Amino acid sequence: MALLSFERKYRVRGGTLIGGDLFDYWFGPFYVGFFGIIGALFAALGTLLIFYSASRGPTWNPWLISIAPPDISYGLALAPLTKGGDWQIITICALGAFVSWALREVEICRKLGMGYHVPFAFGFAIFAYTSLVVIRPLMLGAWGFGFPYGIFSHLDWVSNTGYQYLHFHYNPAHMIAVTFFFTTTLALSLHGALVLSAVNPPKDSNGVRGEVKSPEYEDAFFRDTIGYSVGTLGIHRVGLFLALSAGFWSAICIIISGPLWTRGWPEWWTWWLNLPIWS
Amino acid sequence: MIGYIKKATIAGSIAVLSLALGGCEIGPKQSDQLGYRGTGMNQVNNPRLKIPAAVIPAKPYDLPADLGPLSSVSYKNVQVLGNVRTEEFNLLMAQMNQWIAPPEQGCNYCHNPENMASDEKYTKVVARRMLQMTQQINSRWSNHVKQTGVTCYTCHRGNAVPANIWAVKPGSINPSTITGNKFGQNAPDIDVSYASLPNNAFSTYFQGKSQIRVASDSRLPSPNHVVSTKDAEKTYGLMMHMSTGLGVNCTFCHNTDSFRSWPNSRPQRVTAYYGIRMVRDVNEGYINGLASVMPAHRKGPLGDPYKVNCLTCHQGQNKPLGGVSMISMAPSLKGPVGPPAGMEPAPAAAAPAEDGAAAAPAVAAAAVSGAPASTGPKKSTPAH
Repeated sequence: MALLSFERKYRVRGGTLIGGDLFDYWFGPFYVGFFGIIGALFAALGTLLIFYSASRGPTWNPWLISIAPPDISYGLALAPLTKGGDWQIITICALGAFVSWALREVEICRKLGMGYHVPFAFGFAIFAYTSLVVIRPLMLGAWGFGFPYGIFSHLDWVSNTGYQYLHFHYNPAHMIAVTFFFTTTLALSLHGALVLSAVNPPKDSNGVRGEVKSPEYEDAFFRDTIGYSVGTLGIHRVGLFLALSAGFWSAICIIISGPLWTRGWPEWWTWWLNLPIWS
Repeated sequence: MIGYIKKATIAGSIAVLSLALGGCEIGPKQSDQLGYRGTGMNQVNNPRLKIPAAVIPAKPYDLPADLGPLSSVSYKNVQVLGNVRTEEFNLLMAQMNQWIAPPEQGCNYCHNPENMASDEKYTKVVARRMLQMTQQINSRWSNHVKQTGVTCYTCHRGNAVPANIWAVKPGSINPSTITGNKFGQNAPDIDVSYASLPNNAFSTYFQGKSQIRVASDSRLPSPNHVVSTKDAEKTYGLMMHMSTGLGVNCTFCHNTDSFRSWPNSRPQRVTAYYGIRMVRDVNEGYINGLASVMPAHRKGPLGDPYKVNCLTCHQGQNKPLGGVSMISMAPSLKGPVGPPAGMEPAPAAAAPAEDGAAAAPAVAAAAVSGAPASTGPKKSTPAH
């Protein structure tokens, strides 16, 4: 595999969090490290358990395989392996693998001498998963509130869980999250269109392609259009903020559904109707 | 200056946070699992919002050993309860007094004390019809009220008029303007649990014969089954009412992977299916017919009498009065035994493209309608 331009800098000693030099080596092009090893172990064990549980289930159709959490009656206790205990161990493995991966990213950041933006961003994804299978179940008092591991079955779970609050679009955090998701795609499309048009200038009447434009031209476009350009570095900060906010508020919107609100979400908005200004 | 801004920020954050948490229900919740584990079919309830157990009024007095002759012998103008013994009849009158009539008026709320047999007060005419209605519910709608049955108290709860009633809503006040015409939606109406959904579903589905047929039975769109978004949302609004009326969420009846599928639904959906038809029978067969008798203040803005919906009886509980049966206190309200109602001609045969969600009860209906009226069995679980 070809050596990437930054790989010389990447393949440096040190920056590990645990294990010192012991695990500070490469497996082919991949950095290993302590978290690479335990991450691989968690991932392997979790995947094997998924296959084991699938083998006990009624189908090998990949769309329909589902590994369900325990019955709510088990509360926060461990369940027998065939009655949701598999789901519990797979959850532990998944969390172990995800967190290991994030910490391995931290080690790589340290080797590169860069900020922790990548593991920080991945941390939001882990937080979203954790809020579904750990935080909310803990707050409601049963692992059975986690979602099942299956392609269709987890979608059915989302649907049923949403309809427990009659109309989930009225969940205020869901509203914020959806707005951030759409804004993320809008910002990305604006940014992508700007970059592509700057680096692919049109041909002139003689068929000669124009010069690739500099960021100054890109800034000028948005200054002309909306009076302000956030800049070439700034747009990536904006993008990170929008994307992470989308994930963050998604996590919040499900954490508050049940633990902090049990009625239909439209009814939550009666605080507005009941403001002393007009009520 | 910096310190001041810092303090203001902290104070502001605390204010925002406490406002945000003020909209929350803090504290432990109760949960029930309604489906296979992991399907998300759960009820999560706040025990602090639980409706307290209803106070069931004690029997006014115990019946004497000698029940006397039939009330039709003892009294004049007894049209519904003539085959009831006099003492039982008297007890029911005392109970109606206790359950319904304003205390300061008592018997005189319906009766002229000079001539108890007279029908001069509209309330007496209405009360007679309501007795027939109650008997109809208990005798013909056991597929909804089961053996628990209903009495006057199920709805009235000590009020002359039940607390939760509806009438046809007037149109927009100013329909010719864009802002003045809300087209029956986009208002925080309690009938749809404060959603923006169309809020006039009662007029469509709690009287008349409209069927809820949103989901198609074919995978691809078909010109034979076109339901507008607004019409679909109207049924959603109706379901919002049913959910809050019963204090449950959608998954109490449905597995939302298919709202239409009977095999995927819980048996409670069958009870609710007959409930919708029972409400229609009550409104169409008993209440709307009283329009000529009711005075204006017992009618809605469009002149139709106030009618019943799920909330009228259920009042936030999935079983009215917490499931306590009062029918043994007033057995004469059981009415004559007849075949179960709510069995429309099988839509499967009449309109195959539209039978959709009704398929299972329709099968039950077809099975029952051929049976002798007196032995008609009730099929209360969906045929798969």
